[in-house]
Amino acid sequence: MTAIELYLTLGVAVFLLSLHGLMTLHDPIRRLIAVNLMGAGTFLVMVSLAKRTEVPDPVLHALVVTGLVVAISATAFALRLIIAANKDDATTSEDSAQR
Amino acid sequence: MRPPPGTVQAKETSPVSLELLPDLILTLLLLIMAWGALYAPQRADAMTLFIAFGIVVALIWARLDAPDLALAEAAIGAGLTGVLLMHAARELPGELHQTNRTATYWGALAFAVVASLMFLAHLLYDDSLMSAGLLDAETDMTPRLRTLADAAVPESGVEHPVTAVLLNFRAWDTLLELLVLLFALSGLRQLFRDGQSSENRATSQWPESLALMSAWARVLAPLLVVTGGYLLWRGSSEPGGAFQAGSLLAAAAVILRLTGLLPPLRWSSVLLRLSVVAGALFFLVVAAATAIWGDGWLVYPVAYNGLLIITIEAIATLSIAITLSLLVIGEREDLRT
Amino acid sequence: MISTVLFFAGWAFMLAGCMFFVTAALGLLRFPDLFSRLHAVTKIDTLGLGLMALGLALLDPSWRSCLMLMLVWVLVMASGAVNCQLLARFNLEQEEAQSDEAATRHRPGKGDKPRVS
Repeated sequence: MTAIELYLTLGVAVFLLSLHGLMTLHDPIRRLIAVNLMGAGTFLVMVSLAKRTEVPDPVLHALVVTGLVVAISATAFALRLIIAANKDDATTSEDSAQR
Repeated sequence: MRPPPGTVQAKETSPVSLELLPDLILTLLLLIMAWGALYAPQRADAMTLFIAFGIVVALIWARLDAPDLALAEAAIGAGLTGVLLMHAARELPGELHQTNRTATYWGALAFAVVASLMFLAHLLYDDSLMSAGLLDAETDMTPRLRTLADAAVPESGVEHPVTAVLLNFRAWDTLLELLVLLFALSGLRQLFRDGQSSENRATSQWPESLALMSAWARVLAPLLVVTGGYLLWRGSSEPGGAFQAGSLLAAAAVILRLTGLLPPLRWSSVLLRLSVVAGALFFLVVAAATAIWGDGWLVYPVAYNGLLIITIEAIATLSIAITLSLLVIGEREDLRT
Repeated sequence: MISTVLFFAGWAFMLAGCMFFVTAALGLLRFPDLFSRLHAVTKIDTLGLGLMALGLALLDPSWRSCLMLMLVWVLVMASGAVNCQLLARFNLEQEEAQSDEAATRHRPGKGDKPRVS
């Protein structure tokens, strides 16, 4: 077993584990963490595929850098959506409690 | 200090060799961190373990000969995302729901474990993958791009292949990535509705007893700015580049803002708005210029390759830094008009 | 000759640093209180990392790596110290706030309920 095979399996394992977490967890922040972990698993597969040659493949590295930045943008936006939805729930439950 | 990179392994008698020991330890650590980040009993523990997960992933990138990625992951994936999660989790109530550990839960988990082990067995013992060329780089399809890229790096204006790919060969992707950052920021701004006041928590209430943090922030921020500038400059010949430098600058802004040393970044300031869009705008201008007067969309003239790339990178670093810091610590006072 | 001495000295220092890591981790798991746990963990940032950095510097005595290791050690020490103070002070203030709240809720001096920290 080489390091590449080990990390390929690790990437697949982290992806499946966080997919399981995404499907079974209730708390929105944990689900967001699960989505981020799925991204990390995918990146792990890509970078270990890049390592097949002596000097690693720059195309895959560039794609993963792009992916990292896109992941944090999406996470920031998703967090604000969660907060806004929470406030919405809070105000509607207050309204219905007042009536 | 480092073992020689990418030593080709002959097939050994035992499937696990001693050189694999650090990788095995990192694998075990990563699985534990992933488990903890998802299923830790307290949400705060889960978020902290997520940051630790990011750090271990950065170590794995370093182990896989990907220093650009290690820098970016440690700064963006672990640091900024962790701050983002913790900063936003203040506004959310405590967890109400607990996951039901039903039979489906354990069944799905068993499926995940079994599937990973089957994947590993397939990699190790099935020769069909080897004959199909998945693990042998020379016969797989992807290295066709790679050989094209390697051949073209000397004429791209920079020496580091990843920077060349990011800013020359796949410059369109990088431009779209800058636009994605802008979209996320504008989506964020639309979510601050009127009529709800949020207290100015982090800044005015920074207590005096924690003055050591302010002092350390004053020392750390210039260091981060200098290191960011260095990474930006060195990105042309060594691992580094615009995204890594921009994330370090964003980290400096986040530290200063959280300790109250930096005043709120008011969106009403024209300079702020200009610097947020400057990266993508300049990139678009270059693209349009090359499309109209040059050889094609984002085909740089060979004489001005390096100059164009470094200018685009510098302006993009500024935009990335400000956009990331607004994404992470943007409060109502900052982002409403 | 010198290289053998450097080799053994370097590995000895690194092993000593590892011992500090292990004992600090043990302390983190077994100490009862946040403050004593912080006391254990900060030994990693300062002495544990310092010994490991010293060992690594002996194994690779070039100027560049020695300077980088020293920079790493200083930065980790400083940020570890700041984090420790931040956590400890914040926790202390939280405990004081909780005990103040508990004292104003119950009648002072009666002490019928045990204080929950």
